[in-house]
Amino acid sequence: MTERIRFYQVGSFAIGNRLLDRERVTVQSQMERTNALDSGHRACQGCGEALAARYVLDAAMRATGNDIVVVNATGCLEVFSSPFPESSWKVPWLHSLFGNAPAVATGVAAALRMQGNVSTRVVAQAGDGGTVDIGFGTLSGMFERNDDVLFVCYDNEAYMNTGVQRSGATPPAARTATTEAIGSEPGNAFGQGKDLPKIAVAHGIPYVATATVADLHDLEAKVTKAMEIRGARYLHVLVPCPLGWGTEAHDTIHVARLACETGLFPVYEAEKGVVTDRTPIRHIRPVEEYLRMQKRYQHLFRGAGRKDIVERIQQIADAQIRQYDLLPEEVIP
Amino acid sequence: MTLPYAISLPADSGRRNRTGSWRVERPVYVDRIPPCTSSCPAGEEVQTWLYFAEEGDYEKAWRTLTEVNPFPAIMGRICYHPCETACNRASLDSAVGINAVERFLGDYALEHHLEFKLPEVIHDAPVLIVGGGPSGLSAAYQLRRRGFRVVLCERESEVGGMLQYGIPAYRLPRDIVHGEIERLLADGIEVQLNTQVEDLAALMASQKYAACYIAIGEGIGKKIDIPMEDGTHLTDALAILRKASHGETIHIGKRVAVYGGGNTAMDAARTARRLGAHETVIVYRRTAHEMPAHPEELEGALEEGVEVQWLSTISYVSPHELTIEQMELDDEGKAKPTGKFTKLDADTVILAVGQDSDTSFLSTISSIRVEDGEIGVDSSGMTGAEGIFAGGDVVPGTKTATDAIGMGRTAAAAIAAYLGHPDTPGSLREPATYERLNTWYFSDAPRSVRPTLELARRATTFDEVVLPLDVETALFEARRCMSCGNCFQCDNCYGMCPDNAIIKDPSTGHGYRVDLEYCKGCGICAAECPCGAIDMIPEPF
Repeated sequence: MTERIRFYQVGSFAIGNRLLDRERVTVQSQMERTNALDSGHRACQGCGEALAARYVLDAAMRATGNDIVVVNATGCLEVFSSPFPESSWKVPWLHSLFGNAPAVATGVAAALRMQGNVSTRVVAQAGDGGTVDIGFGTLSGMFERNDDVLFVCYDNEAYMNTGVQRSGATPPAARTATTEAIGSEPGNAFGQGKDLPKIAVAHGIPYVATATVADLHDLEAKVTKAMEIRGARYLHVLVPCPLGWGTEAHDTIHVARLACETGLFPVYEAEKGVVTDRTPIRHIRPVEEYLRMQKRYQHLFRGAGRKDIVERIQQIADAQIRQYDLLPEEVIP
Repeated sequence: MTLPYAISLPADSGRRNRTGSWRVERPVYVDRIPPCTSSCPAGEEVQTWLYFAEEGDYEKAWRTLTEVNPFPAIMGRICYHPCETACNRASLDSAVGINAVERFLGDYALEHHLEFKLPEVIHDAPVLIVGGGPSGLSAAYQLRRRGFRVVLCERESEVGGMLQYGIPAYRLPRDIVHGEIERLLADGIEVQLNTQVEDLAALMASQKYAACYIAIGEGIGKKIDIPMEDGTHLTDALAILRKASHGETIHIGKRVAVYGGGNTAMDAARTARRLGAHETVIVYRRTAHEMPAHPEELEGALEEGVEVQWLSTISYVSPHELTIEQMELDDEGKAKPTGKFTKLDADTVILAVGQDSDTSFLSTISSIRVEDGEIGVDSSGMTGAEGIFAGGDVVPGTKTATDAIGMGRTAAAAIAAYLGHPDTPGSLREPATYERLNTWYFSDAPRSVRPTLELARRATTFDEVVLPLDVETALFEARRCMSCGNCFQCDNCYGMCPDNAIIKDPSTGHGYRVDLEYCKGCGICAAECPCGAIDMIPEPF
């Protein structure tokens, strides 16, 4: 977790601050940032994933002195950034298959090692489909071998560019094209899916962290820390999808923030199998506020509504708040 | 195109895709008027000077402030700070202590001997100002800033008006008054002290004054007829305040009744306490709700042990006793006598039942309308006579020093315009409301800091305890400003655009501009702007 700069005007929460020392402002507030993902990409309006990819790679570039290779699984991110003959990447970038990005990244890292190159670092990235479903086997192998790769999952909780189909990261009750809002248990089933950060922690790899696009300071600090560590590292970033979630394009940051403030998306980090830190909730909110602003949960509020299902989701949030100790802290000056 | 080995697509090839064509709305940076600024009777651009104070550039903050108000050290002590009442931060935690920062800046400037940088006189025909109180001085200063020659006539032996002769020293130390006024007069304003204008029309004609600003105030206590016995000690609040402010010996009884419910009554009551009265009772014919005195003044008086008899009028004065008639309010809130009488022990009665002015010097100008001692003016401050303006306490309206300073400034601008040199018009701005802010980004002040702050704030608004903000606290307080409605360069828009379509560009005045070639119009920048300084407007088709 990043050090909180107490600034009462726009405190630690805004991207920059004209009154802060340059060393203390974010990479994103600086004119010299890489813009690893350039203008002209075809992501939807308000895309959380496009934003997160730039956040992560710009921070990785700064942390390594601009010396990274990026491996990108098939998925939204690859589709909208590289429609032939255009590319929006301003970093060395390699497109893999949908399922083998971790293996390709392992190969790149091995090739660099064989060349005696110890400075160039490897970052692999994929959506939740490429990570928790299709690429899961190769990812687990990469973790087990402790290959020197930072693997980043941009989690928008479904297969979005193919038409919003359910993935192993789709949350309970969410409507997708393959989990329709019909029947007594509308939307995605409860009790299924995979909590990949937890699975990554269970591998005992050097570093695992979760983050969202709503807290840039936290995200950049985690990328920087990850790049200081050798071995397999995993970063799981929640990236709202206006198309698949049915949110307003301008609400991308707001909905990501609510995911944290409700306790539905715990933000924490772990080292060698042990959770070491978490970001406490600042102003705790009920899950209903988060669900109501998304059309994929609209069926829970239509007509008489499904208070029972909202309550089950609230219980999930409450359990995570307890498990990760997310209750707001007293402010320490 | 030849590309290096294994490179299939050049890095900038994606920029061919001009995603700006997707847009149906575009972000526009706006400047809105913050509530502190719109509520300031003196017209101070509060947020603008706080902006510089936030950086610790106190001189620049002071210079910006004093473009509008030449008396920050004075007003930082006596202003009723409607800016703080209006401050949006009050809806989040508590209002920014603007008044305390203003005082800090004023004291800072006095301590560091900062001088105004005024232009040479470029308009030779002099402008006459009658009355050297806050309004007259403000007008003189603003005319000098606009390059006019100014002659100021003051009937007293010192300028300052109520700052000098009215407001008690426990609220406004006189060295502060002298410091700020001397600095103002150092810059080529001709002051004629002990000069009572007898006939304005004749004076203007003989001296060829181009225009005139009347700011004579209301320096005369109103009299009312109360039946009384011989030997009673009846005096006037203004006389007491005047003597007290100059350290003259005043004989006052042990039990003092102050008659009236305005700020002058409060000052007189609190002064009486300091002069040795054992009991001070304010007698007021209505209730606290109708009382014209500022609530802070009443609170201050009550804290100092002053008592109030509500719904009471004095019907008879004996040397050691008053006869009080009980009143009641009718449906319109007017006080009606009830015919019930009580007694009140008092050996001194101080009258504070309103103030009056002497406008006999205007009697030769029939087009100037004077009613009940007040001069009628239009919205620019001009009287019925061409080129003759009036302001301050002598015109109808809210009678505070802050209002007086504001009227002096608007009149100066109107005089300049009347003489053919209007100010560059400012743009009309929409209000910056609380609803437009994204308050997530404003951190809560830690508890350990709050008590110190509140203490400091109290100290600046309550008498006697002189506890100004220290440098660190002033900086902290200034930095609590949320910059409502105006960009303060937090970089949220720059950092949060998924399309890198916000460009840092200091030449734009806002620090940023939108790259319309690539902006898709998602609106994240507007939604996440902490201060509500970005609007989304429909794309013109």
